[in-house]
Amino acid sequence: MLDLSPAEWTAIALSLRVASVATLVATPLGVAVAWLLARGRFWGKPLVDALVHLPLVLPPVVTGYLLLLAFGRRGLLGAWIADHLGIVLAFRWTGAALACGVMSFPLLVRPIRLSIEAVDRKLEQAAATLGAAPWRVFLTITLPLAAPGIVAGMVLGFAKAIGEFGATITFVSNIPGETQTVSSAIYSLIQTPDGDRAALRLLMISVVIAFAALVASEWFARRALTRLHGN
Amino acid sequence: MLRVEIFKQLGEFSLQVSFASDGPVTGLFGASGAGKTSLVNMIAGLLPPDRGAIAIGSAVLDDVSAGIHVPAHRRRIGYVFQDARLFPHQSVRQNLVYGQRMNGLADDPAELTRVTGLLDIGHLLDRRPGQLSGGERQRVAFGRALLARPQLLLLDEPMGSLDESRRADILPYLIRLRDEARVPMVYVSHDAEEMRQLATQVVMLSRGRITAFGGPELLPGASGA
Repeated sequence: MLDLSPAEWTAIALSLRVASVATLVATPLGVAVAWLLARGRFWGKPLVDALVHLPLVLPPVVTGYLLLLAFGRRGLLGAWIADHLGIVLAFRWTGAALACGVMSFPLLVRPIRLSIEAVDRKLEQAAATLGAAPWRVFLTITLPLAAPGIVAGMVLGFAKAIGEFGATITFVSNIPGETQTVSSAIYSLIQTPDGDRAALRLLMISVVIAFAALVASEWFARRALTRLHGN
Repeated sequence: MLRVEIFKQLGEFSLQVSFASDGPVTGLFGASGAGKTSLVNMIAGLLPPDRGAIAIGSAVLDDVSAGIHVPAHRRRIGYVFQDARLFPHQSVRQNLVYGQRMNGLADDPAELTRVTGLLDIGHLLDRRPGQLSGGERQRVAFGRALLARPQLLLLDEPMGSLDESRRADILPYLIRLRDEARVPMVYVSHDAEEMRQLATQVVMLSRGRITAFGGPELLPGASGA
């Protein structure tokens, strides 16, 4: 049953790479935004909140097109990034990672924000009276106590990134070996006569990956909780 | 020498307090709602006053008119809360040395041994706060505050969450702290008996104002008073 063709393996490997990079890059940013939304008091906070959630409610094709406008080779940001950082995003796997990162960002931020809000501020005050500067309070108290939520956010974000289709295909197209993830490979196979069997194989692979991610998140969350509360 | 002269508006409630004390243990005595915790939070730097100043010796911690507000983490004032507030993700040992780490003090195993001995918590070092009784937790909180080498120790009803028999267990440790730790303390309580055993000076607080200041003989119900 698992006699996958090299092209299919490539799509699977690419999906895993795109989703991993998207999640790893988005997480520090997600923690920062979650902290701002949970603890920050600043003008325009509802605006930031709405902006973070926008990819959740916009049609994915719109998000993808916006990404193309901004991060395409001629896009304002895309040209700057290519010139200064040497990273080309349009029609590359890096662009797929960006699309997946943006689309999964709301799902990543939400559990982290909730877990930061749940951290007892009295503990942070206690840490301050013991001489901890605000950034050290964050690193030694807030962050470890929010760890289960951070793991949950990462797994949700990863699962979303693995399945992302609309924004990715709009922004970086569907190029085998470069931007063809499992989702877009399934899409291509469905469009091909006799592609059904291969599509089914990939479909099962997606189910297995998604399931494994959920089981892993449960395990990590339990471990983190045990660590927090002792036995 | 602790000098406090502050005003703070908190909703309907206003706190206006002025005293200077020099005792080993300054007691803040008053019913709940008298403003004791707000006052202690201001001394700790967790709550900025609206007007006035707070100083320990020559070190000015707050002076609103001069725009001075030293943040809590630079005050070196230990604080033991009513609810111990131990860090649940750290072992007792990590909790105890937290203040040393944050203040950049060198490891001091001798001091750790001395303090854990003073409080009888040496056998708890590898446990988690979740595995301690209420009294043990509070003793660890004393040790944690003490090991940060504070110039002043604030104790806000540290026995408030314990039942009667536990209080009797903790009180001797507090008396030991007073006599052996050599750190000036501010002790907050609404329990006259507790206060009589610990305080060397008493600030009587009622509805945000000081009603009396003097020795422990001010406390209600004292024998012969």
